[in-house]
Amino acid sequence: MRVPNRLRRNLPSIVLFLALLILWQVAVSAFRMREYILPSPLAVFRAIVSFEIPWFVHLWVTTAEIVGGFLLAGAVGVVLGIAIAWSAVLAKALVPFLVFVNTLPKVAVAPLFLLWLGYGIFPNILIAALIGFFPVVINTAVGLTQVDEELLDLGRVFGAPKWKVFVKIRIPNGLPYILSALKITATAVVVGAIVGEFVASQSGLGNVIVTTQTNLNTPVAFAALVWISVIGLSVYGAVALAARWLAPWADTSG
Amino acid sequence: MSVPFILLDHVGMTYVAGSGPVEALREISFGVGRGEFVALVGPSGCGKSTLLRIVAGLRPATEGTVSVGGERVRGPLASVGMVFQAPVLLKWRRLLENVLLPAELAGLSRADYVARAQDLLRLTGLADFAAKFPGELSGGMQQRASLCRALLLDPPLLLMDEPFGALDAMTRDEMNLELLRVWGEGNRERKTILFVTHSIPEAVFLADRVVVMTPRPGRVARIFPIPLPRPRTVETRATAEFGRCSLQVYEALQVRQTTREPA
Ligand SMILES: Nc1ncnc2c1ncn2[C@@H]1O[C@H](COP(=O)(O)OP(=O)(O)O)[C@@H](O)[C@H]1O
Ligand SMILES: [Mg+2]
Repeated sequence: MRVPNRLRRNLPSIVLFLALLILWQVAVSAFRMREYILPSPLAVFRAIVSFEIPWFVHLWVTTAEIVGGFLLAGAVGVVLGIAIAWSAVLAKALVPFLVFVNTLPKVAVAPLFLLWLGYGIFPNILIAALIGFFPVVINTAVGLTQVDEELLDLGRVFGAPKWKVFVKIRIPNGLPYILSALKITATAVVVGAIVGEFVASQSGLGNVIVTTQTNLNTPVAFAALVWISVIGLSVYGAVALAARWLAPWADTSG
Repeated sequence: MSVPFILLDHVGMTYVAGSGPVEALREISFGVGRGEFVALVGPSGCGKSTLLRIVAGLRPATEGTVSVGGERVRGPLASVGMVFQAPVLLKWRRLLENVLLPAELAGLSRADYVARAQDLLRLTGLADFAAKFPGELSGGMQQRASLCRALLLDPPLLLMDEPFGALDAMTRDEMNLELLRVWGEGNRERKTILFVTHSIPEAVFLADRVVVMTPRPGRVARIFPIPLPRPRTVETRATAEFGRCSLQVYEALQVRQTTREPA
């Protein structure tokens, strides 16, 4: 039987993963672990597929926050990056401010957003975007500036207006940089959304985890973690796929 | 000869860099006739690229004046084709789209130039690769495409900065023949070419005249006419006259480098 290449490449990590699961299961039974301290993989699996928790609602809320935060971070990041590359004055005005915003501990800002905007998806989208937008700004600005001087000479010789040089040369040139920043953002917004839900929420996977702290339903907390990583991996995978499709000429892996 | 097509009159260039001023060019004066092929050779750092950029109007000279086609150069020339050492093609565009770039940048109708772009690709043996991305082609092919791009708007003047310097010797010789063929193309008037190279045989093989420059600050050391008959062919390189011309240029460069006077 021919093993597909992909499977063979990932075989070592799959084997390790399964081995750890088995070891975990065995250890839990052997040491008679209390379920609220460390549930067995089987208990976690039962919680994942259980109907007692309305997973669908929580998944929807958290996914909406993550995707919303991602889109907002991407859009704002690209626009700010273009602004910085567009004019030296804008760059001088924006960069120190953005660096300051980026050094703020965003987790500490979360309660303020709640105060201003109340419960709901929206404040968490903002927190996610706040945590994820910075790499996009920087990479966009860098990608738009790292252009061969000779290409810019061509723009000058043919009298191309600035916007045309941006549209035809600088922005496509920056695309691989932007896409690789978006991969970082894809993981950062997951953190942001969960942090937001920790601080205050009525639903969402982060809310599920907080709730289990009071009722000691640890298998459900583990199940929520699994769901979070499913969303996180899906978003990351979608971005990576989109990157390969949008910029096939560039190697954006990594 | 009436007024030369390109006229450099006491051109000097001093860069003001962070570490103090750098005098790149001093007292450069020579003319290039319409349809003439002039090669520029000199040690690296002597200001050859700077000189081309000044002629193209991309950078103002700090001394002297430049005129092209009888007009004083005050800003970027609109009707110039440029080829650089690296092909600098847009990686995200297919070859045909790359060749069409100047039309788009100049705000001309792209559709009017598609046929010409295809002709140029055919002329340089790239017709079958029009739909390929630059990354899929060899360095020589990319440089050919870059030449097509420079020729798209049919500029009367070509400025070429070590265009074949990154190619292996054999490809370079091939490209030289090809360039001459493209240059003498049809019975249209020949383009004026200013061609920078650090290869003496290349300069002698291609040019009507070879300008030898001194180390920095670059000045004109000697100008040699190359009386080799055209069309030049593979055999040209084997003639005694070719050897004699090359030796002259070689000696002019050597002498300059060993008896460098203190600046
Ligand atoms: N933008 C610049 N700023 C400061 N110095 C420069 C700049 N461009 C070139 N130079 C200096 O001018 C000299 C000539 O450069 P260049 O024209 O590139 O020489 P070449 O093409 O003959 O190798 C070099 O010493 C180089 O360091
Ligand atoms: Mg140079």
